[in-house]
Amino acid sequence: MSTLKIKNLYKHFDGIKAVDRLTLSFEAGKITGLIGPNGSGKSTLINLLTGVVPFDSGIVIVAETTKLSKIRPYEVASFDITRTFQDVRLFEQMPVMDNILVVLTKRSVTGSLFERHKKYHLEKAKEVLEKVGLWEKKDELAANLSYGQRKLLEIARALAMNAETYLFDEPFAGLFPEMIKIVSSVLKELRDKGKTVVLVEHNMELIRELSDYCIVMDSGELLAEGKPSDVLSQKVVMEAYLGE
Amino acid sequence: MEYLLHLAIVISIYSILGLSLNLIVGYTGLVSMTQAAFYAIGAYATAIAMTSYDINFFLAILIGIIISGLCALIIGYVLSRFDGDYFTLGSLGFNIIITAILVNWRGFTGGATGIPAIPRPSLFGFDLSTNLTFFILALLAVVVIYFICKFIVRSSFGRVLKAIREDEKAIQVFGYNTHYYKLAIFAIGAMMAAVAGALYASYLSYISPATFDLNESVFILSIVVLGGLANNKGAIWGAALLILLPEALQFVGFPSAVAEELRQVIYGLAIVLFMLYRPQGLVGEYKL
Repeated sequence: MSTLKIKNLYKHFDGIKAVDRLTLSFEAGKITGLIGPNGSGKSTLINLLTGVVPFDSGIVIVAETTKLSKIRPYEVASFDITRTFQDVRLFEQMPVMDNILVVLTKRSVTGSLFERHKKYHLEKAKEVLEKVGLWEKKDELAANLSYGQRKLLEIARALAMNAETYLFDEPFAGLFPEMIKIVSSVLKELRDKGKTVVLVEHNMELIRELSDYCIVMDSGELLAEGKPSDVLSQKVVMEAYLGE
Repeated sequence: MEYLLHLAIVISIYSILGLSLNLIVGYTGLVSMTQAAFYAIGAYATAIAMTSYDINFFLAILIGIIISGLCALIIGYVLSRFDGDYFTLGSLGFNIIITAILVNWRGFTGGATGIPAIPRPSLFGFDLSTNLTFFILALLAVVVIYFICKFIVRSSFGRVLKAIREDEKAIQVFGYNTHYYKLAIFAIGAMMAAVAGALYASYLSYISPATFDLNESVFILSIVVLGGLANNKGAIWGAALLILLPEALQFVGFPSAVAEELRQVIYGLAIVLFMLYRPQGLVGEYKL
């Protein structure tokens, strides 16, 4: 079953086609690797799917039924979609714990004004922080974390959303080997739970190891798709990467 | 003693203004230059209600709060479409518009000459006409507003405000329509500023548009920045510092002719020095 589909999605910046009438689907219970050379439109696609950047035309279909011709960023969570960012975007001058609790809050002004976090919220925050090994850092300001820890906190924040679709934009970039193991196990666990996982990544070894399906983009277009072992050996993919 | 009570009342009024603006600037990251306009709306609504309609101060203050809140919803709706510097410039424009209305709507506001003979409050026949009783009232208002601010910033709502300050686009992706949150805190801050305006009008018994111009918004912003952003106590410290500093200068022996100009220089210098060496202010928890 496909939980996220796009049809003829199109976005241009000043005449340059960033995403060019792309039609794709992301399956539930699978990790879909999204690869391509720099500037191929991978992160733009994630931004379009989460309303961070509006798309010019096309349709996004969520859970086979909800058809969207426009996505506002604050609506994304209601479609059970969450994400991490290529350039880490945390709430820097807030403690690690608050970075998690803030996404567990009620989504209305009056509801949140009179809300005090209960045992469930605190346990959920503890669960996701322990999963990425940041529980000991819960009182630290996010700004004081190392780069790798900041990446892990972003992943923990996404996990706290308990979404159906997770869009990870280069979650392994700049991580130490032990952190890579943590993130890998998080991704596998999400897949095993039947979630839809989209992984934007440049490390081909990780794509081979983790992805069940692989999509290659180049210049905003679909270049190839299929099993990672098949796709990564295609001449056209190698040429796109090596510029041959 | 009367002099000390006067200073305490003025500090109380500016503490309320500092607390109200700190919610908007310190906790939400919206550098607003409109606070003096809401201060003015509270002062004028109270003054007009008391002098023209003979309404009791405590009912008049409520009218001021409601009118200020409604104006903030309209102004905030427009401003919530702007980000960063554009928000600040837009808010500055609204302060100028409100001041211009106060000057030109002569039949209602008294124009440039303002409104005189605003009475002191009375409650159940008990007249709060002495400075001591007025100070108790002002202090009570500070305490109530301080605890409201504390309640807000400790709630989940307050945590969302801080997230908006840190990265509005990022928090939107997690399901928050930030326009509503910004609008709500803008209106709450405006209603608090209206309380300060009502106290000011009744305390001085005279108001005019000159009190509420852009300089006043700059002064209120200075209180928040120097006292410390995102810290409620900082707003009170900031108010005390900026009110007492020029008073202390009187005792240094500066001629009264240059005292006012010197006061402006000192505000400016203090802000520059704080920005250079302590950008988070006295007890702030956030840097702009």
